[in-house]
Amino acid sequence: MTLLIVDTLTKTYATADGPFPVLRGVSLTLEAGESLALTGESGSGKSTLLHLIGGLDRADAGRIMLDGQDIASLDDAGRAALRRGTVGVVFQQFNLIPSLKIADNIAFQARLAGRHDAAWCATLAERMGLTDHLRKYPEQLSGGQQQRVAIARTLAPRPKLVLADEPTGNLDETTAATVMDMMLELVAETGAGLLMVTHSQVLAARLQRRLHLRAGQVA
Amino acid sequence: MNAKALILCLLPVTALAQGFAGLGTEVEGFSTPAPDPVFDFPADHGAHPDYRIEWWYLTANLEDADGTPYGLQWTLFRSALAPYEAEGWDSPQLWMGHAAVTTETAHFVAERLARGGIGQAGVVADPFSAWIDDWALEGDWQTLHMRATGADFGYDMTLTATGPLVFHGEGGYSVKSAAGQASYYYSQPFFEIAGTLQLPTGDVQVTGSAWLDREWSSQPLADNQTGWDWFSLSFDDGNKLMGFRLQQTDGMNYTSATWITADGETTPYPDGALQVEPLMSNAAGVPVHWRLTLPARGVDVTVEALNDDAWMTTSVPYWEGPVTFHGTHQGRGYLEMTGYD
Amino acid sequence: MTRAAFAALLSHWWRNPVQLFTLLAGLALATGLWSGVQAINAEARASYDAAASTLDEGRYDRLVARDGEAFAQDVFVTLRRAGWLVSPMLSGDLDGVRLIGIEALTAPAGMGPVTLGGDVNLAGFLTGGDQVFANAATAARLDGVEVLISDDLADDTAIADIGTAQRLLDRAGLIDSLLMLPDQPRDLPPLAQIAPDLTLQPAQGGTDIAGLTDSFHLNLTAFGLLSFAVGIFIVHGAIGLAFEQRRGMVRTLRALGLPLNRLIGLMLAELLVFALVAGVIGVALGYVIAALLLPDVAATLRGLYGADVSGTLQLRPSWWASGLGIAFAGTLLAGASALWGIARMPLLAAAQPRALAMAAGRRASFQMGAALVLLAVAFVLAFNADGLVTGFALLGTLLIGAALALPPVLNAVLAFASGRARGVTAQWFWADTRQQLPGLSLALMALMLAIAANIGVSTMVSSFRLTFTGFLDQRLASELYISTDSAAQTAALVAFAEGAGAAVLPIQSADVQIAGQPAEVFGTRDHATYRDNWRFLQSTPDAWYATFAGQAVVINEQLARRGALGLGDMVAIGSLTLPVAGIYGDYGNPIGQVVLALDAFAQEFPGIEARQFGLRVAGDPADFVTGLTEATGIGAGQTIDQAGIKAVSLAIFERTFTVTTALNILTLAVAGFAILMSLLTLAAMRVPQLAPAWAMGMTRGALGRLELLRAVMLAVLTAALALPLGLALAWVLLAVVNVAAFGWQLPMYLFPLDYARLGGFALLAAVLAAGWPAWRLARTPPGDLLKVFANER
Repeated sequence: MTLLIVDTLTKTYATADGPFPVLRGVSLTLEAGESLALTGESGSGKSTLLHLIGGLDRADAGRIMLDGQDIASLDDAGRAALRRGTVGVVFQQFNLIPSLKIADNIAFQARLAGRHDAAWCATLAERMGLTDHLRKYPEQLSGGQQQRVAIARTLAPRPKLVLADEPTGNLDETTAATVMDMMLELVAETGAGLLMVTHSQVLAARLQRRLHLRAGQVA
Repeated sequence: MNAKALILCLLPVTALAQGFAGLGTEVEGFSTPAPDPVFDFPADHGAHPDYRIEWWYLTANLEDADGTPYGLQWTLFRSALAPYEAEGWDSPQLWMGHAAVTTETAHFVAERLARGGIGQAGVVADPFSAWIDDWALEGDWQTLHMRATGADFGYDMTLTATGPLVFHGEGGYSVKSAAGQASYYYSQPFFEIAGTLQLPTGDVQVTGSAWLDREWSSQPLADNQTGWDWFSLSFDDGNKLMGFRLQQTDGMNYTSATWITADGETTPYPDGALQVEPLMSNAAGVPVHWRLTLPARGVDVTVEALNDDAWMTTSVPYWEGPVTFHGTHQGRGYLEMTGYD
Repeated sequence: MTRAAFAALLSHWWRNPVQLFTLLAGLALATGLWSGVQAINAEARASYDAAASTLDEGRYDRLVARDGEAFAQDVFVTLRRAGWLVSPMLSGDLDGVRLIGIEALTAPAGMGPVTLGGDVNLAGFLTGGDQVFANAATAARLDGVEVLISDDLADDTAIADIGTAQRLLDRAGLIDSLLMLPDQPRDLPPLAQIAPDLTLQPAQGGTDIAGLTDSFHLNLTAFGLLSFAVGIFIVHGAIGLAFEQRRGMVRTLRALGLPLNRLIGLMLAELLVFALVAGVIGVALGYVIAALLLPDVAATLRGLYGADVSGTLQLRPSWWASGLGIAFAGTLLAGASALWGIARMPLLAAAQPRALAMAAGRRASFQMGAALVLLAVAFVLAFNADGLVTGFALLGTLLIGAALALPPVLNAVLAFASGRARGVTAQWFWADTRQQLPGLSLALMALMLAIAANIGVSTMVSSFRLTFTGFLDQRLASELYISTDSAAQTAALVAFAEGAGAAVLPIQSADVQIAGQPAEVFGTRDHATYRDNWRFLQSTPDAWYATFAGQAVVINEQLARRGALGLGDMVAIGSLTLPVAGIYGDYGNPIGQVVLALDAFAQEFPGIEARQFGLRVAGDPADFVTGLTEATGIGAGQTIDQAGIKAVSLAIFERTFTVTTALNILTLAVAGFAILMSLLTLAAMRVPQLAPAWAMGMTRGALGRLELLRAVMLAVLTAALALPLGLALAWVLLAVVNVAAFGWQLPMYLFPLDYARLGGFALLAAVLAAGWPAWRLARTPPGDLLKVFANER
């Protein structure tokens, strides 16, 4: 079935130089388990699109159907529930909770969603090569390790859709390749759909489909 | 002063009078009245420290040269904490004086408190003198001088007896309840009185008649009795009637009466012979119109207060004031009501 | 979900224990200061009430023996039997307790308040059962008597029946004095006939002392209010910072799907837990503060009322309630804006840094606007406030307005300095200080309020003391005060005084109505005492000469204010109508006064004979009294040595001053702690800010010294701004609140040395607070500074 339908989405930001249209009628679809790369120049609107799909922001017009639900119809609490359970976001900036240990960070979102599965978390930690670091705090890990924690955290509640915003943008090339391998492998295993923003053509080529944005429109 | 009980208020209430309802409580060690008393005068005009409570109670109906009516009260109460007298501050005898003058529109009240043993208050039998501070009632019972002062009034009176002492109940043994509580009770209802009332508006020369009650006991009320309504009536034909009704917690009453002829012969009437019925109350809920019937003497009269607001604002408050009555008979007298506060 | 999120929120504190400590300590200190002041105030009031109500025999006229000794109780019975309503009293020392014997049946209603629990057998009280009333503490010290506990009684005081007191004090048949009841019967025989050996001592009126005490309480109440304001700022600062530091975490939590209202609820619950913990610590702290200060307060009140004020503290439930209440209220008040900020915070704030900056700018201008509005209201109130409520409203608007205005004003000053700076280090220093300002502004506001409160209250207390000392000199100029009780005695006094070269100044008065106000008219003899000692608030030239010539009167301030009388206005006294030539300060007196020449007074009030006299004595007053007693029979009981009265009054103010100084230091310490807390919290953010300066060649030591200098400089600026605010505050207390409360205005004096000392304390607090963070900064490992560049987060 179709996991995600995005239909003529528009979004405009107010800036110091006047209104700036970031998205100008973007449409796309994603089947369950399918992976899609979103590419484009800086400012082409790919991160904004990702935020809208993840329920982090609201569109001005258009429609987002996620898992049969119209996101626009959800209130704040509904969108928070969506973020907890249906989608998982991997940020470029990791966004770990600095005061929690790695094990707790991995389990965190699953516990918020009420779907904590200790065995699955342990598997994720092992697959992400974090087993030796579970009792450490985020600041004690390298950037690549932190991003692996963030990915594990995102996958822990078994989301139907994983959104990733330049997940390896802060990492060096070698580390980035390793992390990306792990992520793609695990996402595929869980059967989740993946929508990944990247400016790397190489990375984009590894996903099943690819969509290029230019000036807020699908090219 | 905040919600503090004051020693001053507290002591008289608990020790001196305990409210009228408190008169029903039993206290050990005191003597109790017995039937068939033999009185010994003048000694019995004096104090009886081995009894818990005693009073010298004078009320008078007066009028001035214009015929304006007045009422007057002079009372000395004795209340004992223990059944003996002692010299000095350790005396357990406490004294309370009440004085009042009632006009049709005003009611003046004064109160004095004192303790025995030091000479500030007391009663001696011979020569007879009852006093508290500068208030006094003294003389030989044929002629008595009486005075009292308050912040805004005072009086100075001379009393002359025109008849004998009368004894209530069975020869002065007055039963107060079906359970047998009783007091010693006699009166001198045949005083002519004359003197000066000092009122804020000026001195007034008055004359009239007065009634002096003597009563002592240790437990004058039964424990289910909460107060009384007491009448002393002087008929225009010269006869007199003393009657009272004791209120009980069960809603029933106990009545007693003494019929006194003009020459001082008495007939006691037992419970039920006298019937009293409140007809109308004042704003504070105290009955100030009454119907009194004593069928044995063909009496059926309506009693009305001269001044509805004769409330005694003393440590233990009660109502005491002059009355007139009409119906089968007419005349004037005094009414006392307790247990309404 | 809730547990996981709550654990995440709390985990922040376990990882940052210093922040947790500063938050809890800030809250606890604010609560402690508040409840400490409240405790002192409540205890002082409770003691005062007990003391005042235990024995207000001073309210009544009293008969005492001419020689001041005890006398036979027979006089009591004689007077009663003559109609005089009097009640005997006897007091003396029993095991170090003041035992007061009263006669309960004749004592004036309202004397000797005693609350009794349950079934107390009182029979023994009146009949020689040796029962006495005392509070629990005093009871423990009384042996051999049955003590009925009554907590309404003051410490070291016991009340017994007069007979019991005579026996326990071994003074059988004797009494000290007879209280005269207010409403005596009419037509009484003269006292001189029936009790020739007794003399009437007029009631003390009590108003002088009560005025002093009330002012002392007002002083403490104002301090309580100010300490509360300081505390709120500190709590606000602590909570604001705690929230600020967790913005990132809050954003992540929401991005991970924690609903907003759940998040707010959790943070509120967290705040309340902290408020509870800090509140309990704070109340305990307040108890310690009060216990340390209370002996001085007790001594102050003991000076007023004799040995009857408790010097120890009872932990009353109401303090727990009020202390915890203030902790919760303060936390909620301070947390409200932080929570509001969280609720309004955009989920993707990072995407709109400019919007945030704009919001901060809007907040700054809103704050300045609010400050201007509040100060404008204060300005209007300053001219119109005429009651306690408006007076305190004036205090509130002035203080809050000034506090809100502080950051923008400091910012302007720093911008000015920055523009003028020469040299790159100086430029960087000023610019960096401006950048620091938002983080420190709440602590600086608290510091300013603390300094201003201290300046205000010190000025008020000191002005009060100066004024009152002068007033006592003026009013108690005579060496001796003597009362006589017959015309013959007066004549004898005058004759003796003339022989001894002493001047006799009669004190006689009549109660009248002037300009619709109740007032007392005093007839006064022409004497240099008045011209030399009395100071006028306003007067015409030669006011006393005109008055003594019978051509004018002088009136007190109370009458001038209430009757709207000014110089030259005509005053009608009986058949006389005279102009007002002078208005004098009359502190502690509730009603109006007029001073009139003696002759004019005698004409207008022929029936009034002077029975009290001030005496100007050249030699030793004691010798004069001895000679007077021998010559005229006027005994020591009729004379008052004014030196004693003055000494007591002055001692009171010394004590008041001690307490005020102690509270000054405390509030400054709390404000200093607020600075420390802010600096410690900012320290983590400082490293990235300072790293570039370090990288470009400044030593860590120099950076640390500059950090210290920055704190001191901000404290100095704040103190400089606090000075005018403190003086304005003092003016409000003296000229508005005091007038509303007591009807007289206190002249305001300035005490530059005190202010300099306070400024020194404030500086010291700032140095102590900034010292540690600066030291830590100077010791930051280079590696930490390098990290800023290696791993830009």
